[in-house]
Amino acid sequence: MIIWCFIVILPLWVLVIDSFKTKLSIYTNPFGLPAKWNFNNYFSVFRDSQFLIYFKNSFIVVILSLLIMLFVTSLASYSFANWKGKGSKILFFFMIAGMMLPIKIASIKILEIMKILGLINTIWSLVPIYVAMGIPIGIFILTEFIREIPYSLTEAALLDGAGRFKIYHMIIMPLIKPALATVAIYNLVPFWNDLWFPLILINNEKSKTLLLGVNKLFGQYQTDWSKVMAVLTLSAIPVLTLYLSMSKQFISGITAGSVKG
Amino acid sequence: MKIKSKKQKKSYSCVEEKKYYWLRYIIPALLFYVVFMAYPLLDSLRLSLYTGNTINSRTFVGLKNFIVLFTDPQKSTRYWSAFGNTWIFFLINMVMQNCLGILFAVILTNRTMKGRQFYQTIIFIPTTFAVLVTGYLWKLLLNPIWSGPTLEKIGLGFLAQPYLGQSSTALISCTLVSCWQWMGIPTMMFVAALRNVPEDCIEAAEIEGANSRQLFARVKLPLIKPTVGMVSILTFVNNFNAFDIIFAMENANGAPEYSTDLIGTLFYRVGIAGQHPIGIPDTGLGAAIATITFFVLALGVVPTLKATQGGDN
Repeated sequence: MIIWCFIVILPLWVLVIDSFKTKLSIYTNPFGLPAKWNFNNYFSVFRDSQFLIYFKNSFIVVILSLLIMLFVTSLASYSFANWKGKGSKILFFFMIAGMMLPIKIASIKILEIMKILGLINTIWSLVPIYVAMGIPIGIFILTEFIREIPYSLTEAALLDGAGRFKIYHMIIMPLIKPALATVAIYNLVPFWNDLWFPLILINNEKSKTLLLGVNKLFGQYQTDWSKVMAVLTLSAIPVLTLYLSMSKQFISGITAGSVKG
Repeated sequence: MKIKSKKQKKSYSCVEEKKYYWLRYIIPALLFYVVFMAYPLLDSLRLSLYTGNTINSRTFVGLKNFIVLFTDPQKSTRYWSAFGNTWIFFLINMVMQNCLGILFAVILTNRTMKGRQFYQTIIFIPTTFAVLVTGYLWKLLLNPIWSGPTLEKIGLGFLAQPYLGQSSTALISCTLVSCWQWMGIPTMMFVAALRNVPEDCIEAAEIEGANSRQLFARVKLPLIKPTVGMVSILTFVNNFNAFDIIFAMENANGAPEYSTDLIGTLFYRVGIAGQHPIGIPDTGLGAAIATITFFVLALGVVPTLKATQGGDN
């Protein structure tokens, strides 16, 4: 156990510490603290690349996808939890089946659809894909959760004359907040860290996501590992800080898919 | 959405609703799901029977893509080597993730364990990293020019090998890095499963005089079988699409000499990026590769689900 933790920490230590060294000193002194703290790597990443643009793109895509995804899945789950018909069951299983099927297989067709929609090379092409990717697991978790809300609450509201939609956003939504957070976290990491779809859909500088940018900078800095380490550190920081500040929710969120309702 | 809510306010004050009332809540999600997931997936299966790169130039060729993929000497060698590599990649991953995952979980659920939270947090860190980042990081760590001097100092100089440059070690190195990254997920899944083992089962076994090894093998292991199945399915599905790790650590060609070529990278070259030196993607052939993957996944997932998740479904 301790050995494994060491195997985990050592690379991370190298990642952070070597990003503060100069090009050559990472070879002479790979593991120790830098003799002289060198922040130039970070400055040059910001100076000669569009790192902030990449960052902004990723941020917009992830937040937008999460919001749309949470909205449509919570609506659908609300319906699945209440609708007791044959159609409900069939649709439910149809939409859950996507959990086991990787969307990557469909890439060729998705590429074509995006070309037709004219979204290729824009960050907007990523949003609907991520939304679709998050839907199966979202419905799976949220439906289960909404079913557990006592029906008497809904009944009381119906007697008071509230419409179904009003019940959804006044009663159901506040109650399923923890489940929404779980679904959001579960999808946050794959959305943020996705390389495949940006790689096949985006080819112009302005719309690159963070990881595509990292990929490009890697090629650019190839021989200068200390700069590469700076880029990698910068790209990992957002999710990492989020994780370290709420690791419990993160762990339960990411493993949520496996725990059967 | 606004229009919808107005419609709903008109009626439905009582519990009885029209037959398809609930459908309208599902439609937005259904639309996204069908247009960007279900339809492209099914249509990719159809495309494997066609040739041509644009919608207008497409012609029906039946099973020709599959025949080419399996019989054309050059293409079939590439395909089968990628197919084999993917299995190696998957099997190592699966054995490592299940065995180490269970081991770590047993240690972590041990009541006398100190600093559990701390270890959990650390094991889970790499999971939050992008595969690309992990790949590049390990590319440096496995670089003998970088690590050689230090290894020599502690007397392990023979370990400084160009692991990523030798065909014999490249695939295994990439696989182990992938294990390193994802270890946290199976571990935590097993931890959750072990915590759910009812206390009275353990007590009963202890009263009967079972030692800790028997307790684990006879009581706990059967009870966490569904989780073993789930971990296996997850690694199966994910590894048959692995692409990022090879792309980062080697390149999309599965260097050196295609020894790390997986289905994921082959699919990328053939179906999306286009093969060197032509550079024009062959969508039909790519779709054929995707179709085979689809059926392999279905054949693997469904029986595993049945075997391990039975009883509570």
